[in-house]
Amino acid sequence: MSSSKQPASTSFKAPDSSCLQLDEQGRLRHFLTTEGLSKDVLTEIMDVAESFSTVSNQAVKKVPVLRGKTIVNLFFENSTRTRTTFELAAKRLSADVITLNIATSAAAKGESVLDTIRNLEAMQADMFVVRHSDSGAAHFIARHVAPHVSVINAGDGRHAHPTQAMLDMFTIRRVKKEFTNLKVAIIGDILHSRVARSQIHALNILGAKEVRVIAPKTLLPSDVDSLGVHVYGDLRSGLNDVDVIIMLRLQRERMGGAMLPSEHEYFECFGLTQAKLAYAKPDVTVMHPGPINRGVEMDAAVADGPHSVILQQVTNGIAIRMAVMTLTMGHNRVGGR
Amino acid sequence: METDVTSIDINAIIEVMAEDLKSHMARNKIVEPLMIGVHTGGLWVAEKLHERLGLTKPLGEIDISFYRDDFTGIGLNPQVKPSKIPGEVEGEHIILVDDVLYTGRTIRAALNEIFDYGRPDSVSLAVLIDRDARELPLHADIIGLKLDLSPQKQVKLTGPAPLVLETNRN
Repeated sequence: MSSSKQPASTSFKAPDSSCLQLDEQGRLRHFLTTEGLSKDVLTEIMDVAESFSTVSNQAVKKVPVLRGKTIVNLFFENSTRTRTTFELAAKRLSADVITLNIATSAAAKGESVLDTIRNLEAMQADMFVVRHSDSGAAHFIARHVAPHVSVINAGDGRHAHPTQAMLDMFTIRRVKKEFTNLKVAIIGDILHSRVARSQIHALNILGAKEVRVIAPKTLLPSDVDSLGVHVYGDLRSGLNDVDVIIMLRLQRERMGGAMLPSEHEYFECFGLTQAKLAYAKPDVTVMHPGPINRGVEMDAAVADGPHSVILQQVTNGIAIRMAVMTLTMGHNRVGGR
Repeated sequence: METDVTSIDINAIIEVMAEDLKSHMARNKIVEPLMIGVHTGGLWVAEKLHERLGLTKPLGEIDISFYRDDFTGIGLNPQVKPSKIPGEVEGEHIILVDDVLYTGRTIRAALNEIFDYGRPDSVSLAVLIDRDARELPLHADIIGLKLDLSPQKQVKLTGPAPLVLETNRN
C-alpha cells in the first residue's frame, strides 16, 4: 500500500541468480522464482503437492514432517490469502510458524532487512517466507541467510510470485492432465504482475503449446517480447481456441493514473463475460489468483460458473506451499542439525 | 550359508499368509477388516491378500514418507505417493500389510499416520518377510517368512508382476 506512488523500486540488486536456489545436486534449497528451473524440478513440486493434497482428508490435518522447525513469515507488504495459506501449510507440516507484518520504511531498507534477518536467525529460525514490494527482496535475503536456512519468495515487487504460479500449474495439471497441448491466455495487467511473469516462465518450462497475453498496450511490460509469449490487444482473437484463461487482478494500488481510461471501459474491452467465454474452447478452464474485482476483470457469472476453478486454486495453494517448504527444507541440510 | 532370496516363491508364501490371516481374524473375531498396504512393496502384497480373502471394504494405501523419523537426516523421498484411506478408520479393525519388517520404524510411522485418520478398534500387522533386527518394540501377527540376513544385506520386493525379492550383493 505504501509504495503506490513510486515505480517498482530497484533498491535491491536485480535478481540474476537462479542458481542461488539450487544446491550442488540441482535440488531446490530456496524457492525464489520459476525462471531458469528445470521441468523436473517443477514436476517434482507438483508430484509432492499431490501427495500432500490428501492430508486434508485426515481427521488430524497434519503430518509431522517439519516438526520442531521454525518458519517465519516476513510480510513487508500486505496479503491475506497468501499469508493465510502459507501459515496453514506450515501448521499442517507441524512446523512452528510466526508471521511478522513489517511496514516498509523507504529510508532504511537494505540494512534494516538484514538486521531483522540476523535477529530472527539468532532465534533459530529455519525458514523465511518473504513478501516485499521491491523486486529482488527474497533473493537479497537468500544471499545473506545462514547456510541451513531456506527462503521462499511469497511475492517480490513486479518480479516473481513462484508459489502462486506453481499452484496455478498444479491446478491446470489436475484439470487438463498434460501441458503439451494447451493454449493458455493470461489476461489483464501484465505490467504490474509478478504472478504473470512466474506463470509465463512455468508454462514455457512445462512445455505448454502456446502462451498468450491479452492486455491493453499500457499494461504490457516493455520486455514482453522476450518472455516467450504471443501478444494480443483484442480479447476475442486472443481467446480463440484457448484451453485455459488466467485472469489477473487490476492492481489499482500500483497504478499511477493514466494507465486506464476507466474500469467500465476496461471491462468492456478486457472483462470476461459468458458471451466472450464462447470464443474459447468449450471445456475452457477459468482461473484468477484473487482477490477478484467482480465486474471489472470478470462477471460474477463467470467467476462462480462451471468453468471456474478459482476456489480449487486456493485449496491447491496449501498443498503446493507444503510441497515447496518440505522440499527446500529437506534438501537444505548444510550445517543443519 | 544364507538363502538365495531371489528364488523364493512369493505367491506361495502369500497363499499361506492368507490362510494364517483367516485364522487370525476368526480367533480375534474380526469381520470386515480394513486392509491397508504400505507403499510400494507392502501394497503389492496387500493387493494379493485382499483379493484372496475376498475382503469387501476397498483396499487402503499409505505412503509414510511424511511420517518418517529420518527427514532431518535424509530429506524427503521424492517418489512420495498420496495416501488413500477409503472410508473411516474410526472404530475399524485394520490389517496393516508391509513387505519387509526390519527395524520397525516404517510400521511406527504407518501407525502414526493411521491414527491421524481416526482411532481404530485394533491394528494387526501382516508382513511378507520378517528380518529379526527390531529397534522398536513391535511384532507382526502374520509372518510370511523369517529371514536371517547379515546387517549389511538389504532386501526388497520388486514387482508388481512377478513379485520377486532382491538383495544387494554384500
